[in-house]
Amino acid sequence: MSDNGLDIGLTVNGERVRERVDPRKTLVDFLREDLFLTGSHVGCEHGVCGACTVRLDGEIVRGCLMLAAQCDGATVETIEGMSDSGEIGDLQKAFERRNALQCGFCTPGMLATAQDLLKRGGIPSREQIREHLSGNYCRCTGYHAIVDAVEAVAQQRNGK
Amino acid sequence: MKPAPFAYKKARSLDEAVALLGEKDARLLAGGQSLIATLNMRLSSPSLLIDINGLHGLNSISERSGTVEIGALTRHAQAERSDIIAKQAPLIARAMPHIGHPAIRNRGTLGGSIAFADPAAELPACLLALEGQLEASGPKGKRTIEAQDFFKGLFETALAPQEVLTAIRVPAAGKSSRIGFAELVRRHGDYAIVGLAATAHADGKGLSDVRLAYFGVGNTPVRAKRAEVALAGGDVDAAVDALDLDPHDDVQATAKVKKHLAGVLLRRVAKQLLEAAA
Repeated sequence: MSDNGLDIGLTVNGERVRERVDPRKTLVDFLREDLFLTGSHVGCEHGVCGACTVRLDGEIVRGCLMLAAQCDGATVETIEGMSDSGEIGDLQKAFERRNALQCGFCTPGMLATAQDLLKRGGIPSREQIREHLSGNYCRCTGYHAIVDAVEAVAQQRNGK
Repeated sequence: MKPAPFAYKKARSLDEAVALLGEKDARLLAGGQSLIATLNMRLSSPSLLIDINGLHGLNSISERSGTVEIGALTRHAQAERSDIIAKQAPLIARAMPHIGHPAIRNRGTLGGSIAFADPAAELPACLLALEGQLEASGPKGKRTIEAQDFFKGLFETALAPQEVLTAIRVPAAGKSSRIGFAELVRRHGDYAIVGLAATAHADGKGLSDVRLAYFGVGNTPVRAKRAEVALAGGDVDAAVDALDLDPHDDVQATAKVKKHLAGVLLRRVAKQLLEAAA
């Protein structure tokens, strides 16, 4: 690292973290390389594919379009945190049951984005699901199974 | 790819941000949703990033005496949820879901989108159609720039090197205000192949004061003034014939396709304007 490292303190998946980072390090590289949280994936590195999606202060963001230095004082949740807490257990099961993943590269970002829609409540239409997931590329499934899984969980959570 | 090295400073005040912009190759970091992509791809390599995200007072949305004022640091998601924007600046509300994707809209700022001046972006065209104003602060103080004078060229604006865009002002919608918006994209949320933002006043069963601002058809958003006159006369076919756009081929479509699509969009938008007027 160059000598202009910045000290940052943040909460990642409920744990306090203090690290020194290079200003040019993106959030997703920080999570993967410094914290060894490799569930967030690095795909296009310019905000198009959505594989790096994480939650920052409760809102989904592109991990490749944020600098780690900007996250001083923030709360970050990755797929590891969402998975361990059980928050998306039903969604993960539905993805598995409906073959909503093949290679799995897009899945962490897809789950984080789908959960962002589902936690707003109600049962979104298939069109709304597609629109919300429009920023997440999947090169295997053709999306139908993913929309099926998200729709099924929305119905399940609403007692249907 | 990874960004080239740079220094990073959080500005604690607007004055400090303006002062820091005086340093060589300094750039402002707002939402970063375009800037960081260009850093990652090494299309830009500033020596200093000035993070203005912590500045207070630049992200409020208000309406006062017929003008809606939107702080430049307002995030797209915040604008999308705003009642003031939904009611008083419906064209911006209509455009908002088309700007990027939810994760992008959570970070991206309205000021950033406008100052970046991507010719295929929605908001610059909306501002042109609304005849909005931009407020900027620099070493010599504040000034107001009309939207029509702001977009100078490809990714080029009227902002001086040390100026910071601080607010966006548009006239509040009245009872007779009509808006139209349509764009064609390969994937929802991507930059448009061609798009059209429009405003008009309902005038009996027809329209007056029609303003058609196209995006994705030139180096800046452009008004189709001859088509505006024809559409105000009530003749949609004549308006399509009067479209005097001069798009270039780009990675998304040829000029010929873009010209055709501009006509398709005009018919859709004319319908929105006229249906609402009737």
